[in-house]
Amino acid sequence: MFSYILRRLLMLIPVLIGMTLITFSIVHLIPGNPAQVILGETATANAITELEESMGLNEPYFVQYGHYLMDLVQGDLGTSLRSKAEISKEIWPYIAATFELTIFAMIFAVVVGVNAGIISAWKQNSWFDFLAMMVALIGVSMPIFWLALMEQWIFAQELGWLPAYGRQNSRDPIAAITHFYVLDSLIHLDFSRTLTILKHLILPSIALGTIPMAIIARMTRSSMLEVMKSDYIRTVRAKGSGQFLVIYKHALKNAIIPVLTVIGLQTGVLLGGAILTETIFSWPGIGRYVYEAISYRDYPVIQSGILVVAFIFVLINLAVDILYKKIDPRIKY
Amino acid sequence: MSRIVLEIKNLSTHFFTDSGEIPAVDQVSLHVHKGEVVGIVGESGCGKSVTSLSIMQLVPNPPGKIVGGEINYKGENLAFASEKRMKKLRGNEISMIFQEPMTSLNPLFTIGNQMREAFRFHQKISKKEAREKSISMLKLVGIPRAESIIDDYPHQLSGGMRQRVMIAMAMSCDPELLIADEPTTALDVTIQAQILDLMRKLNEEKDTAILLITHDLGVVADICDRVVVMYAGQVVEEGSKREILKDPKHPYSQGLIRSLPRIHEREQKLYSIPGTVPKPKLGRVGCRFAPRCELAFNRCFEGNPELYVTGEGRRSRCFLYDKQEGEAINDATTEAVIGD
Repeated sequence: MFSYILRRLLMLIPVLIGMTLITFSIVHLIPGNPAQVILGETATANAITELEESMGLNEPYFVQYGHYLMDLVQGDLGTSLRSKAEISKEIWPYIAATFELTIFAMIFAVVVGVNAGIISAWKQNSWFDFLAMMVALIGVSMPIFWLALMEQWIFAQELGWLPAYGRQNSRDPIAAITHFYVLDSLIHLDFSRTLTILKHLILPSIALGTIPMAIIARMTRSSMLEVMKSDYIRTVRAKGSGQFLVIYKHALKNAIIPVLTVIGLQTGVLLGGAILTETIFSWPGIGRYVYEAISYRDYPVIQSGILVVAFIFVLINLAVDILYKKIDPRIKY
Repeated sequence: MSRIVLEIKNLSTHFFTDSGEIPAVDQVSLHVHKGEVVGIVGESGCGKSVTSLSIMQLVPNPPGKIVGGEINYKGENLAFASEKRMKKLRGNEISMIFQEPMTSLNPLFTIGNQMREAFRFHQKISKKEAREKSISMLKLVGIPRAESIIDDYPHQLSGGMRQRVMIAMAMSCDPELLIADEPTTALDVTIQAQILDLMRKLNEEKDTAILLITHDLGVVADICDRVVVMYAGQVVEEGSKREILKDPKHPYSQGLIRSLPRIHEREQKLYSIPGTVPKPKLGRVGCRFAPRCELAFNRCFEGNPELYVTGEGRRSRCFLYDKQEGEAINDATTEAVIGD
């Protein structure tokens, strides 16, 4: 197992190099001169040349890439043009915000989706099955921004049960340590604050988790139906097992493998930052960070944002691959 | 003869599909005595497996359903017993092994984990005890290095070994009745012989009754005491192994036996029964085997034959043995048809 993980980590290196090459090239693909863009229309030729020299833009492409890689290895993502702050320091709260939201959205999606799928398969063609699959169909086809707005309207505006936006009560901000606010509030032993933060998480988590939930439910159902027909399920029943154990032990472990792929991909997508959801709920996540950088033409931030998101995506897929191996002893690489 | 463990009376299991109701098992009756090995023989699609799955109530439902008859296990009718009751019996008093050892074990759990369940569903024992018992069961079915095999996954074992594991699992609670649904079909001949030897050994040592489903008359000759021949969802002949192999009464059984290759005969071409098993359907008139039967006469296409007694413990579903039909017709027709 350990050597397998090590091998997979080594295999990441070429992927990472490819990723950096692409993100680095993005800046160079942008038409016009970056120095010109930074300094604006009215810049003098002298100023541009000076800036080019100070940024190393006059050097050959591959030398520049080399510098970029060297910086990356040292954890230097560059400096934001807008805030003049180091991106590696600035980016973390945004990543944490997105992470926290993704974790809750995926918990919702997996718990509801997998169980709905299991029960639908178990009671195939029952009213529950029809209802669950109808909800799942609506879930995948519903525009997420519409769902988010409806949630805000019903649960925040009309019923007043939950806050409509933000991560916390903005008049009483938390002293952030990890920037995972739930964790931070627990570290502070401030449980009433934990409750407030959890309340802020509910609506965006459901909005964000609905599509993955629907996909997972449909996937789990079809996978379970397939597995329930197999010979080893008959064997377990012939041993005198109850239906619950048949389903949750023997069938689920076999059925979950294809579902895991979907869970991994969906987690990656959500971590990539759901700009729509984050905008509607004023959630200061990575999606918003990159989105704002785009509107300000903050190229280093765009570059780093994409790189970080891609890196997380690759890591999630690695985690899924390791889980496969953990579940299925037949998998060999 | 010792007491009867299982007695099936007029069992009918039908499948309700989009294209109509299919009587896969139609009024089947048979019985198994304690410690006896009974073979159910027939071609694919004749209802052998559905009969055996019906006993355990493991017929996939929907579409399959027991629609009538009795399955008396030690005097208790299981045909419509509750799932709760069946759970107690399955694997404990009646257990089953299947045709496909390659797919009958869950690939994601170790042998030990799966064997442990067989004990722990029915007995109050600790994991450790269950493990020890599992190891001794594995040794009993002749698995070498049982202590290490128990921690292996199914894909690490060969087909023969997996079938041994299945047998060990099925035998772990000392069942009264073991149903073996084509246990050797997927195995090669030498392994087949070993598995049959093992089943005979368990039958003799533990006095477990075995209901063996097979299409292989060689297997029947090897291990069975009594034989039930099935055709198109019905029992067509019943008798002791010796009688059926030596002197089959029903034309179908005769055909089956004629189509066996014999070591001393140098025939160029092996006999085969012409045609295929008809698809079972409701409301069929006439003997089901008549279209393929060399001895068929008019009555065979017009009436449904019953099981006629043809000797002690012997029954045959053929008009040739209808007492009212008389010996004369029997002989005349037989000769006439064979003479052609």
